[in-house]
Amino acid sequence: MSTTEPGATHAHARPTGGEDVVLSATGLGLRIGGATIIDDVSLAVPRGELLGVIGPNGAGKTTLFNLLSGVARPTAGRVHLAGRDVTSSSVDARARAGLGRTFQTSNLFVGLTVRENVRLAAQAARGGAVSLLRFPRRQDAATVDALARLEQVGLAHHAETLAGGLSHGDKRKLEIAMLLAAGPEVILLDEPMAGVGSADVPGLVEVIRSLQREHGATVLLVEHHMDVVLDLSDRLAVMHHGSLLACADPETVMADPTVQSAYLGESA
Amino acid sequence: MSTLVLLLVTGVGLGALYFLVASGLSLIYGLMGVLNFAHGSFLTLGAYAGWEVSRRMSDGSWLSLVLSLVVGAAVGALVAIATELLLIRRLYERHVEQVLVTVGLALATVALFDGIWGTDAVYVSGPAWLDETSGVLGAQIPHDRFLLIGVAVAVLLGIVAFLRFTRFGLVIRAGVENRSMVTALGIDVRMAFTVVFAIGGAAAGIGGVLASQYFGYVSPQLGASLLIFAFIVTVIGGLGSLLGAAIASLAVAVLQQLANFYASGTGDLVVVLLLAAVLLVRPSGLMGARA
Repeated sequence: MSTTEPGATHAHARPTGGEDVVLSATGLGLRIGGATIIDDVSLAVPRGELLGVIGPNGAGKTTLFNLLSGVARPTAGRVHLAGRDVTSSSVDARARAGLGRTFQTSNLFVGLTVRENVRLAAQAARGGAVSLLRFPRRQDAATVDALARLEQVGLAHHAETLAGGLSHGDKRKLEIAMLLAAGPEVILLDEPMAGVGSADVPGLVEVIRSLQREHGATVLLVEHHMDVVLDLSDRLAVMHHGSLLACADPETVMADPTVQSAYLGESA
Repeated sequence: MSTLVLLLVTGVGLGALYFLVASGLSLIYGLMGVLNFAHGSFLTLGAYAGWEVSRRMSDGSWLSLVLSLVVGAAVGALVAIATELLLIRRLYERHVEQVLVTVGLALATVALFDGIWGTDAVYVSGPAWLDETSGVLGAQIPHDRFLLIGVAVAVLLGIVAFLRFTRFGLVIRAGVENRSMVTALGIDVRMAFTVVFAIGGAAAGIGGVLASQYFGYVSPQLGASLLIFAFIVTVIGGLGSLLGAAIASLAVAVLQQLANFYASGTGDLVVVLLLAAVLLVRPSGLMGARA
C-alpha cells in the first residue's frame, strides 16, 4: 500500500517527487526468509514537515526507520534523500547527506563526557573527524557549537559529566543535542519519550518542536505517547503489519474508521 | 629482599613487553571486534628490521638503538596497515574468517621469516650500558629493564595523549564504545580502523626491538611466544581497554616471575589459572565493558 499525498488518507499514488519533498520512499519492501517485514511502503515527506509514525508494536515502524537510514537494506523499492537515490548508500553516507536519527534505546558514548559526545557530532558535521593530528582547541568552532547545543537542551551544566551518569531523560536530551550539532536536514526520532519521566516530557516536546520550527529540520517521529504525537505532528502515518495503512493530517487519520478498527481498536 | 626487588623489576620490564603487544590487540578488538592472531608477526618483523639496522651500523651505539626502534615501529605500522587494507577490511563482521585469515597469516609469515633469516636465532647487541647493572634496594638490576619500562611508559602516554587530545582520538574512543553510532553520525570509521591497526603495529614493532634486546636474540617464533601472553593480558585487562591492558600486563608478568622463582617454575600455569579465575569472576575482564 502506498500513501503519499498530504491530506489524503488512503492515497495509492506514488510520490510526486516535487521539489519540496526531501525524503521519499517508493515501494519499499523488506522480506526476510519467507516473512514480509515491510510491504510496499511509499512515503513522501515535504521539507520542514513533522510526520508522526504510529502503529502497534511490531507494525514495522523501527524497521521502516532502519530502511530509511540505511541500517537495513530493502529487498524492494527505492529511498530518495533530497532528490538523490540513496537506496544503496551506507549509514554514514546518508548521514553525511543530511539524514540523522536516534534509536529506541539510548545510543550514546557513555564513557565520553557530555561535551565530547556533542563535540563528536559537531566535528563530524564539519568533516574534520579524520584530520589525524588536529588538536581540538578549547574555542574552536565545533567545541563552541557543542556547548551552544548543550545550552539549548538544558544540559550545559552537565558538560563535563560522563554521559553514562545522566538520567534517562537527560540522555534523550543529549541525543537531540547531538542531532542539533550534526545539523541534519532530516531527523528520524525513534521513541524519544521512551523511559522518560513525565516531568521531563514537556521539555523534550519543546526541544523536538524547536528542531522543526527553529532549525527548519524535517522530522519523522515514532512515538507511543499519542498526546505527544498529536501535539507535534503535521501529518500522521499509520503502520500496520508492515504496511502503510494511512497518511494524512491527524484529525483525518484519527477519524478514519479503517485506522480505528485496525490500530486504535487494538491494544498497542 | 634483593631477590624480590630483582623479580619485581624484571616482572615490570616483561610486563612492559606484554603491554606493547597487548595495547594494539586491545585497541583493534575494541574498535573492530577483530582478534588479530597475526599481531605477533608485526612484532617479529619489527625485531628483524631493528636487527638489520643495528647490524649494518654495528657500533652498539644509542643512535643505532634509536634508529632500530624507529625502523621497527615504521615496519610494524606499514605491515599492519597493509594487513588491514588487503585482508581484514574485506572481512569485517565475519569473525570466523578473520580468525582463519590472521592465523594463516601468522603461520605463513613465520615460514617467510624462516626462509629469509633462517630458523636459527640471530643474536642482538645494543649499547654497552644495557648490559650493565645498577643497585636498587640491594638488588643488581640489569639496565635493559629500565629501557623496557621507560619506552613502554612513553608509548602508553603517547597513545593516551593521542586518544585523549586529538580529534581522531575522540573518534577512536567513541568507536570502541559504539561503532554503529559513530557511523550514524556520518563518520567513515574505516580510516579509524586503519589508524588503529597502524598504532598497534608500531607498538608491536617497538616491542619487537625491545624484546630482542631483552632476550638477546631474534627468532621467527619470537612474536608467537609473546603473543600468547599478550592475549591473556588483553582478556584479563578487558578487551578494548588500554588501561586494563597496562594493569594486567604488570600483574601477569610480575606474578609469572614470582611463581617461576618461588613455586618451582610454575609461572605459566599460574598465569593461565589467573586467566580462568578472572573469566569466572569477571568475564568482561578488569576494565572491559563487554566479554
